[in-house]
Order: sequence, then C-alpha cells, then structure tokens
Amino acid sequence: MANIIEVTDLSYHYPQMEQRPALQHVNFTVQAGEWLAIIGHNGSGKSTLAKSLDGLLTPDPQNKGEIKVAGLTLTDETVWQIRAKIGMVFQNPDNQFVGATVEDDVAFGLENRGVPRPEMQERVHAALKRVRMTEFADREPARLSGGQKQRVAIAGIIAQRPDIIILDESTSMLDPKGRAEVLATVRQLNQEDHLTVISITHDIDEAAQANRIVVLDDGQVKETGTPAEIFAYGERLIEMGLDVPYAERLKTALRQVGADVPKQYLTEEGMADWLWTSHSKM
Amino acid sequence: MNKLIFGRYIPGDSFIHRLDPRGKLLLSFYFIGIIFLAHNWQSYLLLFLFTMFAVLMSRVNLGFFIRGVRPLIWLILFTVILQIFFTRGGHLYWHWGPLVVSQYGLVNGGYIFMRFVLIIFMSTLLTLTTPPLQLSDAIESILKPFKVFHLPVYEIALMISIALRFVPTLMDETEKIMNAQRARGVDFGSGSLSQKMRAIIPLLIPLFVNSFNRAEDLATAMEARGYQGGEGRTKYRVLTWKGQDTLAVAAFAVITGLLIWLR
Ligand SMILES: Nc1ncnc2c1ncn2[C@@H]1O[C@H](COP(=O)(O)OP(=O)(O)O)[C@@H](O)[C@H]1O
Ligand SMILES: [Mg+2]
Repeated sequence: MANIIEVTDLSYHYPQMEQRPALQHVNFTVQAGEWLAIIGHNGSGKSTLAKSLDGLLTPDPQNKGEIKVAGLTLTDETVWQIRAKIGMVFQNPDNQFVGATVEDDVAFGLENRGVPRPEMQERVHAALKRVRMTEFADREPARLSGGQKQRVAIAGIIAQRPDIIILDESTSMLDPKGRAEVLATVRQLNQEDHLTVISITHDIDEAAQANRIVVLDDGQVKETGTPAEIFAYGERLIEMGLDVPYAERLKTALRQVGADVPKQYLTEEGMADWLWTSHSKM
Repeated sequence: MNKLIFGRYIPGDSFIHRLDPRGKLLLSFYFIGIIFLAHNWQSYLLLFLFTMFAVLMSRVNLGFFIRGVRPLIWLILFTVILQIFFTRGGHLYWHWGPLVVSQYGLVNGGYIFMRFVLIIFMSTLLTLTTPPLQLSDAIESILKPFKVFHLPVYEIALMISIALRFVPTLMDETEKIMNAQRARGVDFGSGSLSQKMRAIIPLLIPLFVNSFNRAEDLATAMEARGYQGGEGRTKYRVLTWKGQDTLAVAAFAVITGLLIWLR
C-alpha cells in the first residue's frame, strides 16, 4: 500500500525552550488506511508531532525536516490543502467545541471552506447520523457528556471528508463508556471508509486496536512494531507511557512464577477466559 | 446562566417567538422612540393595550415581566417623585418651599411611570422570546452595512457566540475551583468586605490561567478546522424574513399613526 504520510528527519524546537528540542530526527511513515498508535510518556513530544503534521506550529528556520501528506510537501502554500486532508480531535472535549449547538459545531469546518448551504446541511446531517448524534442536533454543549462532545468533534471531521484522522489523547478525559463509544466510531471509520487513523494514547486497549505502534521518548522514535511486539515489553510499557491494565500485570506476575501465559494481548475478560480454561488442563 | 448577558430566554413556540430576531430587535428600539409621541391618557392607554396584547401573545407568564421591573424600581420611583415635586400647573394640592404637589405633577409622574414600565416590558419581551444566539445573528445582520467602514462584523458575531457558548463552561469551572479552594479552607461567604475580596483571588487566578489555556486550545482547534477569518465563509444558520415579520412591522406603523392622530 502507498504511504499517505512520510516524515523525514523532523526536528522541532519551541522558541521558549532554550535547551531541549521537542522532536529530534523523527522518521516514520503511515500507510493509507492504516491505524497507527503513538505512545510515549508525558512530554515525549506526541502532541508536538501531531501538530507538526497539520502545520499548526510556528515554522522556524532552524527546525529541519520534511513532512509529506498525500504526496504534498508541507509548506506555507500547501498548509490549507493539507489541513483539509487531516481531521484532528484534541484531548479536552470543551476546548474544541466552537459552535453554539451540535449542528453549528459540525458545520463550522464547512463554513470555513465556503461550502454552499444546501450541501452543508446534507453533510452535517449525514455526519451526525454516522456518529449517532442526530437527535442531539440542536443541543448546547453544556448539556452533552464528554464522550458525546468528542463524537460531535468526529462528526465535524467526517463532514469535511478528510483522508486522515488524528486523535491526540482524545479519550483520556472520558469515562469508560464514552471511551468505548468514541473508539467504536473511529474503528468504523477506519474499516468502512478506509480512513487512516493516528491515535495518540496512554490507553492500552486503544493502542491494541492499531496495526502498528510507534513509541516516542524524548522527542525520538524509540520503537516501532505491531501491538504484539510492543506489548511483549511487559513492565517496561509503563516507562513507555502506557497505563498497563490489571490483566497485563497479572500476566507478567504469572510468567514470573513459571506459568505459560499467551503472548498476545488479552482484555480482562479474555484473561479470565484463559484462566478458567487453562486450569482444567492442569 | 445566560441571564448575566442577555436576560433569560423562555423557550416557546408563540407568534412572538417565531418572529425574525432582526425585526424584533429593531422594533424594540423603535418602540422606545414612539413612546415619546404619547402625551395624553388616551395614547398611553393605547400603548398599554398594545404592549399587553404582545405580552399575552408570547404566552410567557406575566410574572417574568413584573420581575423585569424590580431591579429598576428605585430608579423609577426616584424619577417619578422628582417629577411630582417639581412640576407646577393645574390645581395645587400641597406646597413647602420649592416643593409642590400639583395636578400636572401627578399626571406627569403617572406618565413617566407608564413610560418606564412599557419600555421594560417590551425589552423583556425581546429577551424572553429570543435565544441569545439569534440576537447575536441579528446584530451581525444589522451591522453588515458597516463592513464598508472595515468593521469586522463577522468576527464580532463569532466572538459573541463563542462567549455565550463558554458562559456555562466557565460557570461550572468556577464552581469546581470554589469547591477545591473550600476544601483547602478558603471561606467565600463571610467576613468583612476586604476579607471577601481577598477570598476571591484564589478563585480568579486559576480561572484566568485556565481561560487562557482554553483560548489557546480553541484557537488551535479552529485553525485545524480551516478557520482563516471571515473572508469567503458561508453561513450554516440564516435568518429568513417572513410575512409575519412584515405584519409585525405593519402593526407598529398603525400604532405610530394612531399616536400621531391622538396628539
Ligand atoms: N507551547 C509550548 N511552548 C514551549 N514548550 C512546549 C510547548 N508545548 C510543549 N512544549 C514542550 O515540548 C515537549 C513535548 O511536549 P508535547 O509534545 O506536548 O508532549 P506530549 O504530548 O507527549 O505530552 C515538552 O518538554 C513540553 O514541555
Ligand atoms: Mg500531549
């Protein structure tokens, strides 16, 4: 498959930060239709990388590197074209809700691009249907849950019909139910519409959905691999910035006492299933 | 909560609710103008009946309108009393030094009282039946001609609508910070004025810092969604002028005619 994103030797240095660069010589590619997870502890440069891809950081002559999105090299001239191809969902559901109501917010990106009103109405309704928020169309954000607000943000992106969606810790402020709903919506977009997904996360369940995981540390790419390869690091995942759930910690503990636990990632239920089926074999 | 900015909207589906906000806003101002045409009891009676008719049509409880008068009651009484004590003419009922109570004074005092009440009722009718967002749309639409003078009309409307949208969010946040500071022993309710003022500081500082962070996040999110200023934008929400709006204007024209005829 073709690469939809190619990042070559990207470095970034915030003008305010004297010493440490936020990104150093980052290289990676994303294939069209792929789901890529980016993990890394706080301050490792994940958000800086996401904003760089969308051209949202102030360019600085001393920051080198090249970013190519769908064949276009990111420059001052192409930045708006590239932004049209990328939809971004940020961490705080409240701080990205621009419209006064759900439908106004979904329409915001279309208004910006000068889409004619009849087409805009069609696209807003289709997008709301897609994220199952149609009945909330005239609600104000104050009367929505965090998960619903993030689904509205995703609807705003669907309406713009981009090729890539970037989630920057978009589920981290949500309760488990909201998180599951948002992830289900994204999975659907990835599988049915072949949208390329880049999800930045601390959540191992979210990272497990990916085809590949990139581990960032101190602004550098530390590892790249499939979820199975990365999760094999066990305890060290915590250093890499993942919240290791109970089932994984249990697996590590069992392995230490010599049990033959499966290598692939298991959810808590999967772990329970494995436990009670394995017991009968002993 | 929006009470702080635009009065309180009472959802409904009456004729008045469905009127175009531009028409409502302009006619409310127009009403303040024509009220000064009234100079006798017949014209005040006419305006009173007209206002009450509009109030009844909105199907909003009369209590909300009377509550609208209450914050201004001292200003009204002060003005009315000045009018009564300093107007001479007609039958003189009482006098003491420069102070008098005359027939004209009483009548004029009554007229001024009516004038205040009617203006407050009409503007309360506007805010009770129009959602704040529609008012901001109306302001945008009315100010549009001033674009010629480089007034950033679109940006002003976007600012108002974002401000309105963040009022509940910031209220929630204030509540959260207050609780967090209370848990650390800050007392917001009691003490002298200076103590109360000092208690506000640990509330204001986190609120300010958070608001700036929010503003930065919001600006990034807007840019990521292709916002490049008002140029070349289309609008999702549009206002449409209907027959009923022309009818409302016609009603005001008839009232104006009658007022002139009654003078
Ligand atoms: N606006 C900014 N100005 C200056 N430094 C920043 C800014 N944003 C992030 N940084 C710094 O850049 C580094 C990477 O931050 P970030 O990309 O936000 O990390 P992550 O998203 O992985 O937590 C951190 O050291 C952080 O302090
Ligand atoms: Mg971050």
